[in-house]
Amino acid sequence: MRMVVWEIRMPIALMAVTVGACLSLAGAQMQTILANPLASPFTLGISAAASFGAALAMVLGVALVPAALALMVPINAFAMAMLASLLIFGLSTMRGVTVETIVLLGIALVFTVNALLALLQYFASEQALAAVVFWTMGSLTKETWTKVAVTALILVVVTPIFARRAWALTAIRPGEARAVAMGVPVRRLRLETLILVSALAAVPVSFVGTIGFIGIVGPHIARLLLGEDQRFSLPGSILSGALSLSATSVLSKANLPGAVLPIGIIAALVGVPVFAILIFTNGRRSW
Amino acid sequence: MVTLQLRKVEARYGRRIIYAEASTPEIAGGHLTALVGANAAGKSTLFRRIAGQLAGKGEVCIAGAEPGDLRYMPQDTGMSAALTVYESVVLALKQRQGGWRMGAEELDAVDKILSGLKIGALSDRHLAELSGGQRQLVSIAQTLVTRPRIVLMDEPTAALDLYRQYEVLEHLRAYAADTGAVVILALYDLNQVMRACTMTIAVAEGRIVAAGPTLETLRPEMIRKLYGIEARVETCSRGCPMMVVDRAVEDHEMSGYR
Ligand SMILES: Nc1ncnc2c1ncn2[C@@H]1O[C@H](COP(=O)(O)OP(=O)(O)O)[C@@H](O)[C@H]1O
Ligand SMILES: [Mg+2]
Repeated sequence: MRMVVWEIRMPIALMAVTVGACLSLAGAQMQTILANPLASPFTLGISAAASFGAALAMVLGVALVPAALALMVPINAFAMAMLASLLIFGLSTMRGVTVETIVLLGIALVFTVNALLALLQYFASEQALAAVVFWTMGSLTKETWTKVAVTALILVVVTPIFARRAWALTAIRPGEARAVAMGVPVRRLRLETLILVSALAAVPVSFVGTIGFIGIVGPHIARLLLGEDQRFSLPGSILSGALSLSATSVLSKANLPGAVLPIGIIAALVGVPVFAILIFTNGRRSW
Repeated sequence: MVTLQLRKVEARYGRRIIYAEASTPEIAGGHLTALVGANAAGKSTLFRRIAGQLAGKGEVCIAGAEPGDLRYMPQDTGMSAALTVYESVVLALKQRQGGWRMGAEELDAVDKILSGLKIGALSDRHLAELSGGQRQLVSIAQTLVTRPRIVLMDEPTAALDLYRQYEVLEHLRAYAADTGAVVILALYDLNQVMRACTMTIAVAEGRIVAAGPTLETLRPEMIRKLYGIEARVETCSRGCPMMVVDRAVEDHEMSGYR
């Protein structure tokens, strides 16, 4: 029994905490630098690319990076996600590229990669297709201590970097012109943040698939409750993401004993009403 | 003493050159300097170039201050965020200092600038709820809270009522006198300029057409050239210079530059 708890339950529980924290923090900073309340870690195509990478492994058995069979799916997913981020990053460094352009490029990438994914699925065997669909829905089922450690590591590395830039990141919110007037190097900050967010989102997504909702709602919950000052909203986003995904993970198992529903679905079904209540009962208007 | 001088400064947006070779005499700190010119004459562009936001050849010479001591307040830009007035001024201050903690003297500086501009009562209001004039006062507070040695303000009085226009100009004049800072203001009201500003720089079509003591610069011929109006500069009953507009000159088209 102790074995079961330690080797199976515990990693799943901790994975929910770390993944929720990563995605929520990534979403918070994405919304900040893109000045867009709908932005999430996946706005720029990170999850779509990860899904495509995973599908390459599951459908065609193609490994983008030579790896052990067990790691082929997450490593493929990660490689594709980082490739997508680097592409967006590269385009963003070009002259005259504004926030709006970055978002448009991201959307173009999402559509392209989704089309490629659909193409793969079209040719996939029934078995592979089921695996791909399940993966893209996101699930916390087969977690290990290694995955928990890697996810926690990226969080521990990235959080202090954001913390040091808390004032500058807060200053972007009232508007780019104003931030520049305050002496914030907006362009550089945006590019740096883009890289950090990519890593922060790509790692958990590679392990657990797409759990999109947390990345949008987590930061909004934190902001609604704590305001825009990153000294509060940054730890707040981490906490709200960790708590939301943990709660969801518990719910997804409690619902149907025996069968475990994909957590991404539960997150959206339970999260939306909670989110709506917060929006309508809270006086703070940020966007 | 802080001084600022432009030497053959070029300013352009991409390939579009607005200023080819803008030069000024040395502008000394301690008093207000006005930047005047018609719509689209190039006032904001000159400010952006001095603030280092636009590229171009030539030299912006600053003596007595670091380039980091310069603050440029853009023309009114919207501010919407769940930040209070107080937080937004703290934010401006903290960009220089860093550190998550707020020291007593930092809180002091914020309180002082808010009460100095008579907006202490707005401290807890959210930015999104402010009126245009209130927003303008907050911008001014954000700009001055770091006590910059060079201040460029684009139309700081545009959204203000008469009382606050007067108060703000008075506050800025006192700030310049206290700190010896170079303070340049883009203004449209020439009577305001004559009353408050010692020096005036006049721009038209991307050229600096005059720069010097205000009353020597703002002569009727110059006003006609800048704004296309016939005006007189007379002395009021208390001995202050003031401008009276007689009529508009016909065919004074807005320049399309090159
Ligand atoms: N971002 C921009 N890109 C290209 N041209 C610009 C830009 N901003 C201003 N201009 C041009 O520069 C000229 C001067 O504008 P500006 O400096 O804003 O005038 P002012 O502030 O005196 O009203 C105008 O012809 C305007 O069209
Ligand atoms: Mg202007």
